[in-house]
Amino acid sequence: MNYLQFLSMTPEISLLGVFVMIFLFDLVATGRYRRIFHGIVCLLLIAHTYICITSGEEQTLFGGMYYNNPMISFVKALLTFGTLLVILQAHRWLRGSYTYYKQGEFYVLMLSTLIGMYFMMSARHFLLLFIGIELASLPLACLVAFDKYRHNSAEAGIKYILSSMFSSAIMLFGISYLYGITGTLYFDDMPTILTGTPIHIFSLVMFFVGLGFKISLVPFHLWTADSYQGAPTVVTAYLSVISKGAAVFTLFVVLTKVFSNMVPQWQTLLYILTVASITIANLFAIKQHNIKRFMAFSSISQAGYIMLAVIAGNAKGMTAMVFYILVYIVANLAVFGVIESIEQQTRHGVRRETINGFYSTNPRLALLMTLALFSLAGIPPFAGFFSKFFVFMSAFDAGFWVLVFIALINTVISLYYYLLIVKAMFITPNEHPVQKIKCDLYTRLSLVICFAGIVLLGICSIVYINIDKLAF
Amino acid sequence: MTIPSEYYLILSAILFFIGIFGFFTRRNLISLLISTELMFNAVDINFAVFNAYSHTDYLEGYIFTLFGIGIAAAETAVAIAIIINVYRNMHTIHIKKLRELKH
Repeated sequence: MNYLQFLSMTPEISLLGVFVMIFLFDLVATGRYRRIFHGIVCLLLIAHTYICITSGEEQTLFGGMYYNNPMISFVKALLTFGTLLVILQAHRWLRGSYTYYKQGEFYVLMLSTLIGMYFMMSARHFLLLFIGIELASLPLACLVAFDKYRHNSAEAGIKYILSSMFSSAIMLFGISYLYGITGTLYFDDMPTILTGTPIHIFSLVMFFVGLGFKISLVPFHLWTADSYQGAPTVVTAYLSVISKGAAVFTLFVVLTKVFSNMVPQWQTLLYILTVASITIANLFAIKQHNIKRFMAFSSISQAGYIMLAVIAGNAKGMTAMVFYILVYIVANLAVFGVIESIEQQTRHGVRRETINGFYSTNPRLALLMTLALFSLAGIPPFAGFFSKFFVFMSAFDAGFWVLVFIALINTVISLYYYLLIVKAMFITPNEHPVQKIKCDLYTRLSLVICFAGIVLLGICSIVYINIDKLAF
Repeated sequence: MTIPSEYYLILSAILFFIGIFGFFTRRNLISLLISTELMFNAVDINFAVFNAYSHTDYLEGYIFTLFGIGIAAAETAVAIAIIINVYRNMHTIHIKKLRELKH
């Protein structure tokens, strides 16, 4: 075996380097060096993102277990960029008295989930895929339970880890039957044997549960609302965009590579789940008063929209999906950034009543949140409209007119509940609106990046064209 | 005389569904953890049986079993740590009492 192969996994090795550096810095740094810890982490992540983008040659390692190409490298860079935004927003929360002494653990846990996601996306073997998924979800459970002196955080953590274990056990059961049927665990050897007999469909469905849980599609969404609400806000932001994006990409790869001879079967499966996710999540979102819970249901329905791109299952679908993930990252992180700022100011959970009259005291944050919500709802000049448009186009070209129609109706419903928030901020009067918030430099930087993304990503068609060139 | 592989598969399927049943009916966090462990063990039996009876050329199934055991242990460790946290905060690990959220 050629051990130099390990060095060819550039994104993973580079992230591991960042991981080790942060870990050592956390061990040795004291006093005034700790004050620049956050800045150092951000710089390291920026450097790592750059390495990720530039390391995009196509390669297959370990006899086909690991595969990397420009598209996968791009998505890895994208997720790292999202993580960077999340970490930027975490600055003030990490300064707090309960979290200050475990600042290093936060970065380390977050980066280890990121490595897990890298392996998920690059895996071409079910063992590597399984290890990746577990590596991505175990540290995430620790992160959800990170605020351990607040009741909610531990409760959210236990709900997350138990449903994660349950679903990954079901997924493993599916993988074991896949192994029994085909006698191999390599993605490349499987498609010729899997033709769509009942036992094949059984293992497909069992396998699907594991990833469906990570994406939080509707029958597997029950953990979402509680975990999102109880987790620290930055971790919620991370859960809702980064972990979801990686899982969607992985699902796309597995469905098109392993189950490529069972297309009608998994399309039917996805069809049902997509309709259920979008509709049910939309109806539940209307009733929510806690903003983080509301964003949880919003993220379930957004996951349903991404599934429209997966269901197409071709290069166009992949482009639409990656573009959607990109836009979703900036829009959702803008909303969570504002929520985090309000939470740090008021020291309480943010409810819809809390932000009544938010515009009168914090006009800029209110405007940013409005733009982000418009983008999530898909209103034209903003990026969200274009990402939704491409997703609908890809599903439409694959012949799913009825599905696109249902999704369109649901877009209108979603507009209603996003506008409820906007109405609360701008129109509803409030005697005691939230005080003027003074964001720290890091949060401001991340919010500016998100703002630029929301406004520019849709208009600059070069982004979409470049993603399209990479798609496979 | 060897035991046919179907017997093992039936055993593992029964074990798996006992796990699922336990997960939905038990009301104690530790019991839930035990139920998921049952499910993981059923999967491990499956892999070992498939490797031993059907696909004897390579050791993929056995290796997967080893990894499965290791990762299940890691998950249990994290879950128990969080359960201890829950107990310290709320002085109970009965899931009916875990209703702080939703309000």
